Amino acid sequence: MAYSVNGATVEHDEEGYITDLSSWTKELADVIATEEKIDMNEEHWEIVNFLRDYYDEYQIAPAVRVLIKAIKKKWGKERGNNEYMYELFPYGPAKQACKIAGLPKPTGCV
Amino acid sequence: MSEAAGGGATSKKFLYVNRKAPYGTIYALESLEVVLIGAAFEQDVSLAFIDDGVFQLSKGQSTDAIGVKNFSPTYRALGDYEVTKLYVEKESLDERGLTLDDLMDVTYEDEDDDYEEKPSIRVVSRSELADIMAGQDVILSF
Repeated sequence: MAYSVNGATVEHDEEGYITDLSSWTKELADVIATEEKIDMNEEHWEIVNFLRDYYDEYQIAPAVRVLIKAIKKKWGKERGNNEYMYELFPYGPAKQACKIAGLPKPTGCV
Repeated sequence: MSEAAGGGATSKKFLYVNRKAPYGTIYALESLEVVLIGAAFEQDVSLAFIDDGVFQLSKGQSTDAIGVKNFSPTYRALGDYEVTKLYVEKESLDERGLTLDDLMDVTYEDEDDDYEEKPSIRVVSRSELADIMAGQDVILSF
């Protein structure tokens, strides 16, 4: 199973998470987002970039609860809440946003 | 657990005891993952590091030569999961020629104190750790 980006293929698992984290590119993120039926705008990108930074620093994808708390701290409670995050990523901020960000499924997420 | 899920009426004290070096066996990583998953259940969670387990918190880990993931940065995320008590046994450090300076900086933000950053690692003696263990509801050893 693989995504196709500019003629190259990027392998993913049965749920759509890429298997080689270093193969992520912004173009790939757009491809995954399209499959997830998400039209990426600036706010989506901010969350995706935030997740990538978090992973860089801590080597894990944060749980939803932790992500929302961190977003709240960074951008305030207008954005750091469940409703806002589910508006951006209707099938779950951690699941969809992490997939688009090229990260593994969050620990503890089933 | 069902009572706790109902509204936090009963929160139990969980202690995860880490005794093994970080790499070579899967225990350290498994323990850390269980802690992260378990943190969602809003229990009172603390970790203890004794014997070779103290190496899990050592600074400057590099796993390039053994081809496995260096998961040591993840300990620094524990504060985000409200796991803020990492007890390290002093005797185990001494026996290995280590001091607090050889360990990573692990901190948490205290919500009750204007989000001030505070250290999560607490060096305790063997007898203090025995008291801490005696005060737990559940102890899981890795």
